[in-house]
Amino acid sequence: MLLIRCPYCEEERPELEFRNAGEAHIARSADMAATSDDDFEKFFFIRSNPKGIIYERWRHMHGCARFFNAVRDTVSDRFLMTYKAGEPKPANLPGAAK
Amino acid sequence: MAKAAAKKSAAAAPSVERRPALAGQELSATGVALAVLPPAERISLRAPYASVAALSKALGVTLPRKPKTSAAKAGRTALWLGPDEWLVIDEVGRDPLADCFEMTVLHSAVGISHRNVAISVTGPAAAATINSGCPQDLSLDAFPVGAASRTILGKVEIVLLRTATDAFRVECWRSFSDYVFTFLSEAAGDAAA
Repeated sequence: MLLIRCPYCEEERPELEFRNAGEAHIARSADMAATSDDDFEKFFFIRSNPKGIIYERWRHMHGCARFFNAVRDTVSDRFLMTYKAGEPKPANLPGAAK
Repeated sequence: MAKAAAKKSAAAAPSVERRPALAGQELSATGVALAVLPPAERISLRAPYASVAALSKALGVTLPRKPKTSAAKAGRTALWLGPDEWLVIDEVGRDPLADCFEMTVLHSAVGISHRNVAISVTGPAAAATINSGCPQDLSLDAFPVGAASRTILGKVEIVLLRTATDAFRVECWRSFSDYVFTFLSEAAGDAAA
Protein backbone atom coordinates (compact mmCIF):
# COMPACT_ATOMS: atom_id res chain seq x y z
CA MET A 1 0.00 0.00 0.00
CA LEU A 2 1.21 3.49 -0.84
CA LEU A 3 1.75 5.94 1.97
CA ILE A 4 0.77 9.49 1.03
CA ARG A 5 1.82 12.46 3.10
CA CYS A 6 -1.13 14.70 3.95
CA PRO A 7 0.10 18.29 4.41
CA TYR A 8 -2.75 19.02 6.83
CA CYS A 9 -2.37 15.91 8.98
CA GLU A 10 1.41 16.36 8.71
CA GLU A 11 2.09 12.67 8.37
CA GLU A 12 2.01 9.78 5.97
CA ARG A 13 -1.28 7.96 5.76
CA PRO A 14 -2.37 4.83 3.89
CA GLU A 15 -3.65 5.40 0.36
CA LEU A 16 -7.07 3.93 1.19
CA GLU A 17 -7.91 7.16 2.99
CA PHE A 18 -7.34 9.25 -0.16
CA ARG A 19 -9.13 10.03 -3.40
CA ASN A 20 -7.63 11.44 -6.56
CA ALA A 21 -9.35 14.63 -7.68
CA GLY A 22 -7.88 15.31 -11.13
CA GLU A 23 -5.19 17.61 -12.42
CA ALA A 24 -4.12 20.58 -10.30
CA HIS A 25 -3.42 24.21 -11.22
CA ILE A 26 -6.22 24.57 -13.73
CA ALA A 27 -7.42 28.12 -13.35
CA ARG A 28 -11.06 28.85 -13.95
CA SER A 29 -11.70 31.96 -16.02
CA ALA A 30 -13.02 34.91 -14.03
CA ASP A 31 -15.40 35.74 -16.84
CA MET A 32 -16.74 32.41 -18.00
CA ALA A 33 -19.39 33.94 -20.26
CA ALA A 34 -16.75 35.70 -22.36
CA THR A 35 -14.64 32.56 -22.81
CA SER A 36 -14.52 31.34 -26.39
CA ASP A 37 -15.62 27.81 -27.15
CA ASP A 38 -12.07 26.77 -27.95
CA ASP A 39 -10.71 28.13 -24.68
CA PHE A 40 -13.55 26.57 -22.75
CA GLU A 41 -12.86 23.21 -24.33
CA LYS A 42 -9.19 23.51 -23.28
CA PHE A 43 -10.17 24.47 -19.73
CA PHE A 44 -12.91 21.91 -19.33
CA PHE A 45 -11.78 18.80 -21.18
CA ILE A 46 -8.13 18.92 -22.14
CA ARG A 47 -5.69 17.52 -19.58
CA SER A 48 -1.94 17.10 -19.91
CA ASN A 49 -1.81 13.32 -19.24
CA PRO A 50 1.99 13.23 -19.17
CA LYS A 51 4.27 10.25 -18.92
CA GLY A 52 6.30 11.33 -15.91
CA ILE A 53 5.72 14.15 -13.47
CA ILE A 54 2.11 15.22 -12.96
CA TYR A 55 0.60 17.80 -10.62
CA GLU A 56 -2.63 16.50 -9.16
CA ARG A 57 -5.30 17.38 -6.63
CA TRP A 58 -5.91 14.78 -4.00
CA ARG A 59 -8.37 14.65 -1.17
CA HIS A 60 -7.80 13.10 2.23
CA MET A 61 -11.37 11.87 2.03
CA HIS A 62 -11.39 9.55 5.06
CA GLY A 63 -9.08 11.66 7.19
CA CYS A 64 -9.10 15.43 7.50
CA ALA A 65 -11.24 15.61 4.31
CA ARG A 66 -9.09 18.44 2.92
CA PHE A 67 -8.02 18.85 -0.69
CA PHE A 68 -4.32 19.27 -1.32
CA ASN A 69 -1.92 19.06 -4.25
CA ALA A 70 0.55 16.31 -4.97
CA VAL A 71 3.38 15.80 -7.42
CA ARG A 72 3.39 12.24 -8.68
CA ASP A 73 5.44 10.33 -11.21
CA THR A 74 3.01 8.46 -13.45
CA VAL A 75 5.71 5.96 -14.46
CA SER A 76 6.84 4.83 -11.02
CA ASP A 77 3.64 5.92 -9.19
CA ARG A 78 5.91 7.57 -6.63
CA PHE A 79 4.75 10.71 -4.81
CA LEU A 80 7.56 13.27 -5.01
CA MET A 81 5.91 15.75 -2.68
CA THR A 82 2.58 17.07 -1.45
CA TYR A 83 1.64 20.64 -0.57
CA LYS A 84 -1.40 22.53 0.64
CA ALA A 85 -4.10 23.70 -1.73
CA GLY A 86 -3.58 27.27 -2.89
CA GLU A 87 0.19 27.14 -2.66
CA PRO A 88 2.10 27.82 -5.91
CA LYS A 89 3.51 25.07 -8.06
CA PRO A 90 6.82 24.08 -6.44
CA ALA A 91 9.88 25.18 -8.37
CA ASN A 92 12.25 22.49 -7.14
CA LEU A 93 11.12 18.93 -6.76
CA PRO A 94 12.91 16.91 -4.10
CA GLY A 95 14.18 13.57 -5.31
CA ALA A 96 13.07 14.11 -8.90
CA ALA A 97 14.74 11.82 -11.40
CA LYS A 98 17.65 13.20 -13.50
CA MET B 1 -53.46 3.39 8.37
CA ALA B 2 -53.02 2.45 11.99
CA LYS B 3 -49.29 2.68 11.49
CA ALA B 4 -49.53 6.21 10.12
CA ALA B 5 -51.68 7.25 13.05
CA ALA B 6 -49.21 5.83 15.54
CA LYS B 7 -46.42 7.73 13.80
CA LYS B 8 -48.32 10.97 14.06
CA SER B 9 -48.88 10.66 17.79
CA ALA B 10 -45.20 9.87 18.32
CA ALA B 11 -44.25 13.05 16.46
CA ALA B 12 -46.63 15.03 18.64
CA ALA B 13 -44.88 13.87 21.82
CA PRO B 14 -42.84 16.62 23.51
CA SER B 15 -39.48 14.99 22.92
CA VAL B 16 -38.38 12.54 20.29
CA GLU B 17 -37.98 9.05 21.61
CA ARG B 18 -34.48 7.80 21.19
CA ARG B 19 -34.05 4.36 19.67
CA PRO B 20 -30.38 3.49 19.83
CA ALA B 21 -29.03 1.01 17.29
CA LEU B 22 -27.54 -2.22 18.60
CA ALA B 23 -28.18 -1.08 22.19
CA GLY B 24 -26.30 -3.09 24.74
CA GLN B 25 -24.68 -5.55 22.35
CA GLU B 26 -21.49 -7.09 23.63
CA LEU B 27 -18.98 -9.68 22.60
CA SER B 28 -15.91 -11.00 24.26
CA ALA B 29 -13.21 -13.12 22.73
CA THR B 30 -9.75 -14.08 23.92
CA GLY B 31 -7.84 -10.84 24.45
CA VAL B 32 -10.51 -8.46 23.22
CA ALA B 33 -13.99 -7.33 24.26
CA LEU B 34 -16.49 -5.34 22.20
CA ALA B 35 -19.35 -3.34 23.62
CA VAL B 36 -21.82 -0.91 22.11
CA LEU B 37 -21.52 2.18 24.29
CA PRO B 38 -24.54 4.02 25.73
CA PRO B 39 -25.93 6.98 23.73
CA ALA B 40 -23.97 10.24 23.95
CA GLU B 41 -24.45 13.84 22.86
CA ARG B 42 -22.35 14.86 19.88
CA ILE B 43 -21.76 17.80 17.60
CA SER B 44 -19.85 18.26 14.42
CA LEU B 45 -18.12 21.60 14.82
CA ARG B 46 -16.58 23.68 12.04
CA ALA B 47 -14.87 26.93 12.92
CA PRO B 48 -12.03 29.14 11.69
CA TYR B 49 -8.89 29.58 13.76
CA ALA B 50 -10.07 32.92 15.17
CA SER B 51 -13.14 31.36 16.81
CA VAL B 52 -11.37 28.45 18.48
CA ALA B 53 -10.53 30.18 21.78
CA ALA B 54 -14.09 31.46 22.35
CA LEU B 55 -15.64 28.12 21.43
CA SER B 56 -13.23 26.25 23.70
CA LYS B 57 -14.34 28.44 26.57
CA ALA B 58 -18.04 27.92 25.82
CA LEU B 59 -17.66 24.16 25.49
CA GLY B 60 -15.45 23.85 28.56
CA VAL B 61 -12.90 21.78 26.68
CA THR B 62 -9.92 23.12 24.74
CA LEU B 63 -10.34 22.31 21.07
CA PRO B 64 -7.08 20.64 20.01
CA ARG B 65 -5.16 22.30 17.20
CA LYS B 66 -2.68 19.55 16.49
CA PRO B 67 -3.55 16.85 13.96
CA LYS B 68 -4.62 13.45 15.29
CA THR B 69 -5.13 14.65 18.86
CA SER B 70 -8.04 14.99 21.24
CA ALA B 71 -8.77 16.76 24.50
CA ALA B 72 -11.05 15.59 27.27
CA LYS B 73 -12.50 17.28 30.32
CA ALA B 74 -15.36 16.27 32.63
CA GLY B 75 -16.91 13.68 30.36
CA ARG B 76 -16.61 15.78 27.23
CA THR B 77 -14.12 14.96 24.49
CA ALA B 78 -13.11 17.11 21.51
CA LEU B 79 -11.50 15.24 18.64
CA TRP B 80 -9.47 16.96 15.92
CA LEU B 81 -10.81 15.79 12.58
CA GLY B 82 -9.46 18.48 10.28
CA PRO B 83 -7.78 21.91 10.42
CA ASP B 84 -11.17 23.54 11.09
CA GLU B 85 -13.26 20.57 12.09
CA TRP B 86 -13.90 18.84 15.41
CA LEU B 87 -16.15 16.13 16.78
CA VAL B 88 -17.31 16.92 20.29
CA ILE B 89 -18.70 14.01 22.30
CA ASP B 90 -20.38 14.45 25.66
CA GLU B 91 -20.99 11.29 27.66
CA VAL B 92 -22.63 12.86 30.71
CA GLY B 93 -25.71 14.19 28.98
CA ARG B 94 -24.90 17.91 28.60
CA ASP B 95 -25.66 18.72 24.97
CA PRO B 96 -22.69 20.65 23.51
CA LEU B 97 -25.06 22.08 20.90
CA ALA B 98 -26.74 24.10 23.64
CA ASP B 99 -23.38 25.54 24.69
CA CYS B 100 -22.71 26.75 21.15
CA PHE B 101 -26.18 28.18 20.69
CA GLU B 102 -25.42 31.57 22.23
CA MET B 103 -22.05 31.95 20.55
CA THR B 104 -21.76 34.85 18.13
CA VAL B 105 -18.29 34.02 16.82
CA LEU B 106 -18.24 32.46 13.37
CA HIS B 107 -18.84 28.73 13.60
CA SER B 108 -21.10 25.94 12.48
CA ALA B 109 -22.27 23.40 15.05
CA VAL B 110 -24.45 20.55 13.89
CA GLY B 111 -26.04 18.09 16.32
CA ILE B 112 -25.18 14.54 15.31
CA SER B 113 -25.97 12.74 18.58
CA HIS B 114 -28.29 10.27 16.91
CA ARG B 115 -26.21 9.86 13.78
CA ASN B 116 -23.34 8.04 15.45
CA VAL B 117 -23.02 4.82 17.35
CA ALA B 118 -19.95 4.21 19.50
CA ILE B 119 -18.36 0.82 20.02
CA SER B 120 -15.63 0.20 22.55
CA VAL B 121 -12.86 -2.22 21.70
CA THR B 122 -10.80 -3.17 24.71
CA GLY B 123 -8.15 -5.70 25.63
CA PRO B 124 -4.58 -6.57 24.65
CA ALA B 125 -5.73 -7.59 21.14
CA ALA B 126 -7.78 -4.40 20.58
CA ALA B 127 -5.31 -2.83 18.14
CA ALA B 128 -4.97 -6.07 16.19
CA THR B 129 -8.76 -6.34 15.97
CA ILE B 130 -9.15 -2.83 14.54
CA ASN B 131 -6.13 -3.25 12.28
CA SER B 132 -7.86 -6.10 10.51
CA GLY B 133 -9.89 -3.46 8.69
CA CYS B 134 -8.09 -0.20 9.40
CA PRO B 135 -4.83 0.53 7.55
CA GLN B 136 -3.46 3.04 10.06
CA ASP B 137 -0.44 2.37 12.24
CA LEU B 138 -1.95 1.78 15.70
CA SER B 139 1.30 1.20 17.57
CA LEU B 140 1.63 3.34 20.68
CA ASP B 141 4.39 5.41 19.02
CA ALA B 142 2.22 6.41 16.09
CA PHE B 143 -1.17 6.38 17.79
CA PRO B 144 -0.69 7.18 21.49
CA VAL B 145 -3.38 7.36 24.14
CA GLY B 146 -5.64 10.30 23.29
CA ALA B 147 -4.90 10.12 19.57
CA ALA B 148 -7.97 10.48 17.39
CA SER B 149 -8.47 10.25 13.69
CA ARG B 150 -11.10 9.82 11.07
CA THR B 151 -10.16 6.74 9.07
CA ILE B 152 -11.69 3.67 7.51
CA LEU B 153 -12.65 0.23 8.76
CA GLY B 154 -13.34 -2.24 6.00
CA LYS B 155 -15.72 -0.44 3.69
CA VAL B 156 -16.91 2.33 5.97
CA GLU B 157 -15.61 5.51 7.52
CA ILE B 158 -15.07 5.57 11.27
CA VAL B 159 -13.67 7.96 13.83
CA LEU B 160 -11.14 6.22 16.01
CA LEU B 161 -10.10 7.41 19.47
CA ARG B 162 -7.58 5.68 21.68
CA THR B 163 -8.87 6.01 25.24
CA ALA B 164 -6.19 3.85 26.91
CA THR B 165 -3.20 1.79 25.82
CA ASP B 166 -5.47 -1.16 25.10
CA ALA B 167 -8.83 0.56 24.61
CA PHE B 168 -10.37 2.26 21.59
CA ARG B 169 -13.62 4.03 20.90
CA VAL B 170 -14.93 3.46 17.39
CA GLU B 171 -17.54 5.97 16.23
CA CYS B 172 -19.50 5.07 13.13
CA TRP B 173 -22.73 6.16 11.47
CA ARG B 174 -25.70 4.32 12.93
CA SER B 175 -26.74 2.82 9.59
CA PHE B 176 -23.24 1.31 9.35
CA SER B 177 -23.18 0.15 12.97
CA ASP B 178 -24.37 -3.37 12.24
CA TYR B 179 -21.64 -3.76 9.62
CA VAL B 180 -18.99 -2.34 11.95
CA PHE B 181 -20.02 -4.49 14.91
CA THR B 182 -20.16 -7.63 12.80
CA PHE B 183 -16.81 -6.78 11.19
CA LEU B 184 -15.20 -6.23 14.59
CA SER B 185 -16.76 -9.43 15.93
CA GLU B 186 -15.23 -11.45 13.11
CA ALA B 187 -11.94 -9.63 13.55
CA ALA B 188 -11.96 -10.27 17.30
CA GLY B 189 -12.13 -14.00 16.61
CA ASP B 190 -9.23 -13.73 14.18
CA ALA B 191 -7.16 -11.56 16.51
CA ALA B 192 -7.68 -14.03 19.34
CA ALA B 193 -6.58 -16.98 17.20
